[in-house]
This record gives sequence, C-alpha cells and structure tokens, in this order.
Amino acid sequence: MLSVTGACAAVAVSVLFFILGYLVYHGGSSVNWAFFTKLPTPVGESGGGMANAIVGTAKLLSLAVLVGVPIGFFGAIYLAEFSGNGIIAFVVRYAADLLNGVPSIVIGIFAYTMLVLPFKHFSAIAGGFALGLMMVPITLRSAEDFLRAVPRALREGAMALGASKTRTIATVIVPAAYRGIMTAILLALARVAGETAPLLFTAFSNRFWSHGWNEPIASLPVMIFTYAIAPYDDWHRQAWAAGLVLLGLILIVNIFARAILSRGGTILR
Amino acid sequence: MATTITTVPGAGPISGSRAFFRKLREGDEIARIITFLFAASVVLVTLLLVWELWQGSVLPRHKFGFGFFFTRVWDPIAEQFGALPFIYGTLVTSAVSLLIAVPLGLGAAIFLAELAPQKISDTLQFFIDLLAAVPSVIYGLLGVFIVIPLMREYIQPALKRTLGFLPLFQGPAYGVGFLTAGIVMAIMVIPYIISVSREVLLSVPRDQREAALALGSTRWESTWKVVVPFARTGIMGSVFLALARALGETMAVTMVIGNTPTISASLFSPGYSIAAVIANEFTEATGDTYLQALIELGLVLFLLTFILNGLARLLIVLTSRRGAGMGQT
Repeated sequence: MLSVTGACAAVAVSVLFFILGYLVYHGGSSVNWAFFTKLPTPVGESGGGMANAIVGTAKLLSLAVLVGVPIGFFGAIYLAEFSGNGIIAFVVRYAADLLNGVPSIVIGIFAYTMLVLPFKHFSAIAGGFALGLMMVPITLRSAEDFLRAVPRALREGAMALGASKTRTIATVIVPAAYRGIMTAILLALARVAGETAPLLFTAFSNRFWSHGWNEPIASLPVMIFTYAIAPYDDWHRQAWAAGLVLLGLILIVNIFARAILSRGGTILR
Repeated sequence: MATTITTVPGAGPISGSRAFFRKLREGDEIARIITFLFAASVVLVTLLLVWELWQGSVLPRHKFGFGFFFTRVWDPIAEQFGALPFIYGTLVTSAVSLLIAVPLGLGAAIFLAELAPQKISDTLQFFIDLLAAVPSVIYGLLGVFIVIPLMREYIQPALKRTLGFLPLFQGPAYGVGFLTAGIVMAIMVIPYIISVSREVLLSVPRDQREAALALGSTRWESTWKVVVPFARTGIMGSVFLALARALGETMAVTMVIGNTPTISASLFSPGYSIAAVIANEFTEATGDTYLQALIELGLVLFLLTFILNGLARLLIVLTSRRGAGMGQT
C-alpha cells in the first residue's frame, strides 16, 4: 500500500512539473523583448506584446494593497491586542472566514454593484477594490496569528518600562511580527495576482494604455483568458508566454515567502 | 475640636467622562477605536455584500420566485430565465471532480501523513502548496490546449469503446464537456484535499496508532483501520472544503465546459456552470432582468459555498476536538 499511496502523491506533485514544463515549452520562445514592451496589435499583425497588461496588473495590485493591507493589518491589531475572545472578535473572524470562502466571481459582482454601476463605466479602481477585498481575510488572519505569536515577555517588558499600549504595539510587537506579516502580505498578493473572474466586469480590459485610475485596464490574467479562447495562433502563442510570466512571478513570490516562513507560523489557505 | 474635612479636587475615583478623556489623551483609546473601525469594516463589507446580492436580484425573484431553480429554459430574448441547467452543470462537474480527486488526494495524504519519512513528506507538501497557488486561468490554458485534444482524440473514444453502453459515455466526442471540466477541476482541487486531510491525519493522537501497533497490526492496518476512521469526520470536512472551492471555480471551467445550457445524461455533452455563465454573460446582459438573473445566480453560489464552508469547518473542528479529548486519557 505504500507504493499505491506513494503513487497518488507522485501523481499529484508531478502535475506541478507538467504545468511548468508545458508553459516553458510553449511559452518560452515567445517571451521576448517585444512581449514586455509592445502594445497588443490588431489581429493578423504579428509582433504584438502585453506591455499594457503587465503595467495594468501592477496598478491593480497596488490598488489591492492599498485596500486590503490597512484593513487586514489594523483589524489584526484590534483582534490580537485590543479585543480578546469576546463576541466582537468572534464576529470579525467569522466575517473574515466568510469573505475568504466567497467565490471570486461573486466578489466581482459586489465590486460591480458598488463601483461600476454608480459611475457607469469600468475602472481600475473597481478592479483594485475587488482584488483588495480578496486580500483582506488572508492578511487579517495571518497577521493576527503572527501578532499573537510574539512572546509575552516582550510585551510585559515594554509595559514594565512604562510604555502605553499604543507605544508597545508600534515599537515592540509589530516589529517583532514584521517578517511574518510581510510574507503573509506577499502570499496574499501572489494569490490575487492570478485572479481573473473578479476583473472580468470591473476592470474589464483595454487594448491600449490606460491613463489614470478611471479607465478600463488590461491585466495579465484577463489577457490570457481572452487570447486562449480566441481562434488565432499568434494569440495562443502570446497566451502561453503570458501564462509563463504570470506563473513564474507567482511561484517565485510563493517560494520566497514560504522559505522565509519555514522558520515558523502558519498561513491561512 | 471640630474636625474639618478638606477635599482635594481631583483625588478619588475618576468618574465617567473624565476617565474617558484621560484615556483618550494617552492615545490607547484612540488606537482602540481606530483599529476597531478597521475590524468592523470587515463585518460591514460582508453584510453589504449579502445585501447587494439580495437587492440586486429583486426583479427575477419577484417574477420567477422559487420556480427559478427548477426551470430549464434560459432564454434572454424572451426574458425567461431558469437556473436548472447551471445548477445541474455545477453539480455534475463537482461530482466528477470529487470522484477523481478524493481517492487520489486521500491516498496522497495518507502517504504524506503516515507512511513517508519526514523529509520527503515536507518536500512533497511544499510542492503541493505551490500547486495550490497556481491560478485558475493557467489550468484553463492547459485545459484548452492539452486536455481537450487529449480527451477528443484518445480518452473519450476509448471510453466510448469500452463503456459506451452506459448513457454516461454516449454521444459525440467533442473534447469539451462535463467530463473534461470535471477532470480539470479535480486537478485544481487535489491540493486542498491533500493539505487538509494531511493535517487532520497528523492531529490523530499517537495513542491510537500505538495501541493498534501494540495489538499486533501492521503499519498499513493501523493506518487504514484505526487512524483513517478516527479522522473520518475531518476528512469529510476536507472534502466539503474542496467542494466549496470547486463550486466557485470559474475560469478553468469556462474554458473547457463548452458553455451550452443543456442538461444531458452524457458526460461528453457540453454544459454550463453557474460561475461560467456569470463570467461569460455578465457584460453582455441586456436589460435589467437579465443582469439581475445573473446576480441571483451569484446569490445562489454564495449561499451554497456559505453552507458548505460552514459545515466543513464544523466537521474539522469536531475531529480535532475529539482527538484532543481522547488523547488525554
């Protein structure tokens, strides 16, 4: 039975290497300088790239960080330091778990009703809000775990020296939990970087540069989706290249974060 | 001699509002209020989400009522909306994916938790975690260019030849369809089953294993007959979690399911799932009823995942409580 279960594990893990292998095989040759610097060209013309999608993903992720990290971080400080295990803390944790389990497309619908319908156009802000909302539960729960893991001795030492609670948190506890919280944020970023569904009707897409934050904006995952289901070979080639770039970035961030974290702590899945 | 009582203003217990302002000046109360507002915003956003889904689906709810869930017709032009094809598609693809993923995932979890040496177990778990981080659209990409041709050229014809007497495996081999979507979804869902089942198996107290070994069972017997049944509830919880994840899967399913609102006994038939129809038709929806029907489908999806996630966590907590309780005797 060892061999049967071992084979199951081997099959599961080998999928990862298949995925990487195929992406490198199909997309490796298409990842060239033009891919990173050119805008998409009209169908039929070769030589197009995804520069606007790469910049667009970067813009959307920065907006997501602006929305998700403060709520997650300060909320975690409240849960870890100011409340205990009372009813408020339970409700907040339950809401965060609920939000974590909501399918990403439903979050997209929510962002649509809040930020697209009233303004009557797609925008980067709506897309960034949807992604940020998805970052909140991960950041909140992980930051709370890391803050709670700071040893009592540090807290009590600071209090013994006469520091107020705020000063203790700001100068002792948060710096002690800093590494864990940063890796939690990185992992949350890596997760939302690949999300396509919420962007489909919030940020929509754009075949040109998007100026400011109020225009529809291209993003790597949406471009991969659009190009993969299109009937053009050149677009298929570019979809593989974009897939390789996206997965490469996500895996690098994941490996980096987990390597740092391997010294302890857990991350909410 | 008369005793005079002098009172010093400010001495003694400080009452009500003065205490509040004193704490405010020290900064702790402000910090508490600000962080509380951030934490409360999480709850507010969640409530707002449910409310928006409910409000945003008012037209079809009034027009169709509960009949929405039992109507097969999805005709935007005649403004007839029925969710049955999508519910059917979602359930069938989820069932197929669980049928494939649960045995494989459970086997792998048993290997990682019980039978493998520590180092191999940790390395493999690392790779499984990476697999869970792969975005859905990449699975869709592989589904479109690798899995669909494989199904169309080899697997579906082979299934037709051998098992074609079953209504499940009849019909033309398009490549897209319920079976392909189920297979792609299974690959996506396996890492979750493995991770959660492995943790559940690891939380079974050592006493159980050692008692079985002391009674003379082999390693495998102690695993299969003692540890796994003990962790049964938690493993069910992991399956529910995986199912909740599978229900909400949008991109990979949209790319390989064929996007046709049909109900068919054959697994080779193209179909549609709730998340896929929302993704495809949301920006194309003309008219309020159409858009709100899609939002109502989103509400259905939300409720399904809410119930499943709640059940799953309950089951997992029950297993760990049981383990903690029994390990103390």
